[in-house]
Amino acid sequence: MQRFLQLPGAAVRPGGREADQEAASPVLAPEGGAPPWYQALQPEELRWLQAPEEDTTPEESLEGPCPEPGQGQSQSQPLRHDDLKAMLDTNKDSLKLEAMKRIVAMIARGKNASDLFPAVVKNVACKNIEVKKLVYVYLVRYAEEQQDLALLSISTFQRGLKDPNQLIRASALRVLSSIRVPIIVPIMMLAIKEAASDMSPYVRKTAAHAIPKLYSLDSDQKDQLIEVIEKLLADKTTLVAGSVVMAFEEVCPERIDLIHKNYRKLCNLLIDVEEWGQVVIISMLTRYARTQFLSPTQNESLLEENSEKAFYGSEEDEAKGPGSEEAASTALPTRKPYVMDPDHRLLLRNTKPLLQSRSAAVVMAVAQLYFHLAPKAEVGVIAKALVRLLRSHSEVQYVVLQNVATMSIKRRVSTGPRPALVVQQGMFEPYLKSFYIRSTDPTQIKILKLEVLTNLANETNIPTVLREFQTYIRSMDKDFVAATIQAIGRCATNIGRVRDTCLNGLVQLLSNRDELVVAESVVVIKKLLQMQPAQHGEIIKHLAKLTDNIQVPMARASILWLIGEYCEHVPRIAPDVLRKMAKSFTAEEDIVKLQVINLAAKLYLTNSKQTKLLTQYVLSLAKYDQNYDIRDRARFTRQLIVPSEQGGALSRHAKKLFLAPKPAPVLESSFKDRDHFQLGSLSHLLNAKATGYQELPDWPEEAPDPSVRNVEVPEWTKCSNREKRKEKEKPFYSDSEGESGPTESADSDPESESESESKSSSESGSGESSSESDNEDQEEDEEKGRSSESEQSEEEGKKKKMKKRKKVPEGQEGGSSSDEGSDSSSSSSESEMTSETEEEQVEPASWRKKTPPSSKSAPAAKEVSLLDLEDFTPPSVQPVSPPTVVSTSLAADLEGLTLTDSPLVPSLLSPVSGAGRQELLHRVAGEGLAVDYTFSRQPFSGDPHMVSVHIHFSNSSDTPIKGLHVGTPKLPPGISIQEFPEIESLAPGESTTVVMGINFCDSTQAANFQLCTQTRQFYVSIQPPVGELMAPVFLSENEFKKEQAKLTGMNEITEKLTLPDTCRSDHIVVQKVTATANLGRVPCGTSDEYRFAGRTLTSGSLVLLTLDARPTGAAQLTVNSEKMVIGTMLVKDVVQALTQ
Amino acid sequence: MIHSLFLINSSGDIFLEKHWKSVVSRSVCDYFFEAQERATEAENVPPVIPTPHHYLLSVYRHKIFFVAVIQTEVPPLFVIEFLHRVVDTFQDYFGVCSEPVIKDNVVVVYEVLEEMLDNGFPLATESNILKELIKPPTILRTVVNTITGSTNVGDQLPTGQLSVVPWRRTGVKYTNNEAYFDVIEEIDAIIDKSGSTITAEIQGVIDACVKLTGMPDLTLSFMNPRLLDDVSFHPCVRFKRWESERILSFIPPDGNFRLLSYHVSAQNLVAIPVYVKHNISFRDSSSLGRFEITVGPKQTMGKTIEGVTVTSQLPRGVLNMSLVPSQGAHTFDPVTKMLSWDVGKINPQKLPSLKGTMSLQAGASKPDENPTINLQFKIQQLAISGLKVNRLDMYGEKYKPFKGIKYMTKAGKFQVRT
Repeated sequence: MQRFLQLPGAAVRPGGREADQEAASPVLAPEGGAPPWYQALQPEELRWLQAPEEDTTPEESLEGPCPEPGQGQSQSQPLRHDDLKAMLDTNKDSLKLEAMKRIVAMIARGKNASDLFPAVVKNVACKNIEVKKLVYVYLVRYAEEQQDLALLSISTFQRGLKDPNQLIRASALRVLSSIRVPIIVPIMMLAIKEAASDMSPYVRKTAAHAIPKLYSLDSDQKDQLIEVIEKLLADKTTLVAGSVVMAFEEVCPERIDLIHKNYRKLCNLLIDVEEWGQVVIISMLTRYARTQFLSPTQNESLLEENSEKAFYGSEEDEAKGPGSEEAASTALPTRKPYVMDPDHRLLLRNTKPLLQSRSAAVVMAVAQLYFHLAPKAEVGVIAKALVRLLRSHSEVQYVVLQNVATMSIKRRVSTGPRPALVVQQGMFEPYLKSFYIRSTDPTQIKILKLEVLTNLANETNIPTVLREFQTYIRSMDKDFVAATIQAIGRCATNIGRVRDTCLNGLVQLLSNRDELVVAESVVVIKKLLQMQPAQHGEIIKHLAKLTDNIQVPMARASILWLIGEYCEHVPRIAPDVLRKMAKSFTAEEDIVKLQVINLAAKLYLTNSKQTKLLTQYVLSLAKYDQNYDIRDRARFTRQLIVPSEQGGALSRHAKKLFLAPKPAPVLESSFKDRDHFQLGSLSHLLNAKATGYQELPDWPEEAPDPSVRNVEVPEWTKCSNREKRKEKEKPFYSDSEGESGPTESADSDPESESESESKSSSESGSGESSSESDNEDQEEDEEKGRSSESEQSEEEGKKKKMKKRKKVPEGQEGGSSSDEGSDSSSSSSESEMTSETEEEQVEPASWRKKTPPSSKSAPAAKEVSLLDLEDFTPPSVQPVSPPTVVSTSLAADLEGLTLTDSPLVPSLLSPVSGAGRQELLHRVAGEGLAVDYTFSRQPFSGDPHMVSVHIHFSNSSDTPIKGLHVGTPKLPPGISIQEFPEIESLAPGESTTVVMGINFCDSTQAANFQLCTQTRQFYVSIQPPVGELMAPVFLSENEFKKEQAKLTGMNEITEKLTLPDTCRSDHIVVQKVTATANLGRVPCGTSDEYRFAGRTLTSGSLVLLTLDARPTGAAQLTVNSEKMVIGTMLVKDVVQALTQ
Repeated sequence: MIHSLFLINSSGDIFLEKHWKSVVSRSVCDYFFEAQERATEAENVPPVIPTPHHYLLSVYRHKIFFVAVIQTEVPPLFVIEFLHRVVDTFQDYFGVCSEPVIKDNVVVVYEVLEEMLDNGFPLATESNILKELIKPPTILRTVVNTITGSTNVGDQLPTGQLSVVPWRRTGVKYTNNEAYFDVIEEIDAIIDKSGSTITAEIQGVIDACVKLTGMPDLTLSFMNPRLLDDVSFHPCVRFKRWESERILSFIPPDGNFRLLSYHVSAQNLVAIPVYVKHNISFRDSSSLGRFEITVGPKQTMGKTIEGVTVTSQLPRGVLNMSLVPSQGAHTFDPVTKMLSWDVGKINPQKLPSLKGTMSLQAGASKPDENPTINLQFKIQQLAISGLKVNRLDMYGEKYKPFKGIKYMTKAGKFQVRT
């Protein structure tokens, strides 16, 4: 304390005395110096020393005996507390405050101050706010012990509950509910009920906090409390949401039915709830979703075959290979395709942005939600965020690594033995290096990282991993070295290719100077040898020699076991080892002794001539051993192997018993079975069920009725049957309802509202299989929806500024959902309408009502800055091909997170795939093998300069086609091909998709190559449309203009054209352009200009496209690019696309 | 949720306890002490320790264990994150978080803890709100309080918690309106024996100190936002705007805060600004070993490398070292076997080096591992990833603020294996 330091030396002395007294306390550090508690207080005391009228009291306190009252002893030190009492009784606030501070300091130190209760409780109504707060602290701490006296304070709080100031009401409720006195349960109940309908959201939040407190005090109140919870769950403010869900989790986690009506609201509010609430809500919703939705993976195999796969699969799924598709085709007729419940999708979508939270707990919560709920193809998005957490504090790392270990192993298990499925576990593979170990990591982190590295090791990366391991083996941290050796052992068992390398490495370690290392190696070698003993006689001999030196019992035991087990491989050495062991038998550890007995028994059975006497000697030694296990074993063994009159029946089978072939051990991760616990939970971490852990239910077979989540339509809308969409409007108003909801309140709520709106409408469309008749209904509803929306839009009017911000993302959302729903056009029109609402609130609502509801005319509405909406709509000119949709929906979902070109994540700016399927080889020409290709528009993972081409093979012949691969290509200079891995076999009726990369070198020359099967070769060629030779780039308007200014003159190609009536809306124009060329849209200030930008793949030159469209239909198309040829061709293609 | 909190110093004394539900006896910490003993080193104490009736979750910072006691299932990161938040808050309040400081300010600490949790569930954790509830002690305020008898507890109840911008205080006023942003990048790297990079990545943060009157709405844009691979934001950043336009738009908290932390994609090659030449050799059967390190600049973009320190944990067999540095000072602790060399600036003309011999335990065999060298350094005025802030705009307020951006590159976990 600074003040204290300035005081003259003499004044400090009482502190010294205190210190002497304190020295008796075991709690305080015995070494000298005044304990700071008193330092903190002294200046005040000194002040009183100077003030004559207060002189006595503090003095007394200083002279009091040791202030270590202990439980029940407090009566023996009346003096000390008397002075505090006296101070509390004065009228001076400053004295009271001082007394309270000292009392709180005592509490903080864990000392008993309970005998001051009466004196303190009197001050509960003190005017000084700090005194009051400290009194509250005291009260909450001791009320339980002094129930009768605590009651004295209740009336103060009851008065506080009626205060006009919301903060005082809240604080009164908070303290009242924290006093754990059973008598006041009814009062608390009443107060909570009242506060739950308070007009202030802050008070309601406090009420939510009070619920679990009351519940823990008196669980009989459960039913009444559930009513309150139900009421508060319906609350629409973000402030309350987290707290009430926490109360729900503590009081009635089993009443999942209470969530139905609030599910969508919670999903939509989630992003605005404070971090702690988010964690609780997310983990509750995970459980909820597990009970209410179908597993997205259950029909995964089916998805491959069906066009529906497009939504949730990715090309990785497709690469799964023939096995799964076989299953799929058999399953096809019996099961109906899986369509994700729109609410399920809503949850996934609304939680994803939270992966970007600064709070590790939130990130982990989202990660576990995705892990447990998302389709396999989407789980990958969490990897990056989790890896980010590894930069955090070591405790965070510890927890995250535990979970990553489970996740990485889970992927492996789920993929089963089929090697084609390696991609599935690849979530963390790109981040392999992030798990490399630094010498400064704490050991527990090192070992966890090792675990993850081992899980991630596979055929391709094992050399790197082993090289890393080699460094680790030389570490000074011996526990870590031991763990590394085990890890090597596991890699060796998992990956057959490196088994011998590993084994050799481990054998080398046997000559290590450190005994621990040697011992650990022996144990691991033993396990590895068991897999293929015959080839390793040499190693066993080497091990046998080690028995002379090595002292670690486990290692000795392992060696003995090995020699016994494989004594036929080392017939000369084995008896000698037994001889040595017999000599040292008495000095061995128990575990070694047991193995000596084993060895003796085995040798007796195989080589009784040489070892009979030795065995008998060992057995007699063992007979008198101190350990009864060993005596027992010796007796048992003797009976078995040494033939006697009565034991004959068993000894005939002794060979079978002792020399039975033993299965090789499986070296498994200790994280193997942990995934039945919800990830991120305490139980998962401990691998044991913690108190109060809520099991994560299995997916239901049949989805419960989704309509339970529908909420009644607000009265002011006439719409009756489309509640799904309607109810989304409610959260919209939620925040402005609060007492103080100034500027920011509208910021995010409308976003989520409109998102979900467009979302649910489109998805419900697809859910109903979107037959024609359905469509009509829907359109009707759409119109109703729109009209009600426009009503809403009038109210929104003033918030224009806030809304502008949201336009673009909303567009994306709307767009991506439209991919999922087959009824895409109506949904996109829907989202367009909302955004329009923001744009032109001046426009009367009636105008929009007049808009014909047909999907065709909706896009005609003027709409300016929806960035990517158009991109998402499947091109109407071309047939929608399933794999394109795969990429789009996935991309749409992933794009929120990333901007990389990492192979996991398809490029966000080109979520649409290129031209539809093109034929590469006709069925007839290919003798039953039909080959199509599409340009996926995803970056090719191997080489960014390559165009990735999806090649779809299907076998329509009745014999399997074997050995499909690319033969020697004859390529024009510059063009190169990254071949796809050979397809071993394609069964009749099956089809598969592979990805191959072609570097066209920025030209439209065809890539000619041969497709070879075992029997035939087909000459094929892929000629890319010019639009596929580029990838979109993200530019701002200014950057665009700047770049454009650089590319004038020869580099600018202009063409005039007239847009036909059918393509005058932005929507169609943008869609047509992006369908023709793989360009990204650039935001643009003026309404009738469209800008797109891209880069050619090989040379990376910019391609800028501007379309200036007059309302009359006249338009001018400009392409600026260094590559003039490309520019010219692009102009031609785009003009053709636009005018046809 | 969180039942109780115990603060334990490195010598194993519980010097503060706080209970948010009924009292848990401090004897529960015995389990913790047991684990601590087993772990030998403080950082190896498992963060989660199960006991028969409770679970102990702890974090270790500033030589203090913060041990939370919980009774029922709760996500461990929830508690750990909260404990770290507590430490950050203490640091924010008192400048440093250490045992003496906490003991000195025990009442404030207690009041803060009381506000942070209600019944074990976090209530107010934003430092701006907390500071309104309970004012941090300053010298001036302490003096004023002594004279006037006023208190540290805010006499107005805070409104921040009710606002939709919970991270910002209301009614902020400054005479000098200023906003500073520090772009700090850390290079994490492992360099192998031969000097090639095994792994290297850049982790960056933008720390801000914003002192602006009223309710300013800021936007910050980058020249090259695509560099940022993985970002996490302060809750004030509008996520949608970032997603669509790659612009950071936010109403800032008052004072210091971390606006954003990011990761630069591993695909981009990371420029490694320093190299270390080393020659460390032990000979069998000899009691002397050679030790030689030289540090030099490499890919520094013309900037000076400052604040270089080299630390290395030498094998147990090393008894002592006699070294001569060409610049700076070095120390070797024969007990912990920790060598540290404070180099200072690197002058490219005259590269700093540290040469000499190690005396090894006589008769002992040579250690199988060469030590790892850890490097610390700083480069001012450079963000190694090339990230550049384009502009900072303010809306919503009329005055013209002073704006400042600073770049810095530091070594994160930078290790050279030898």
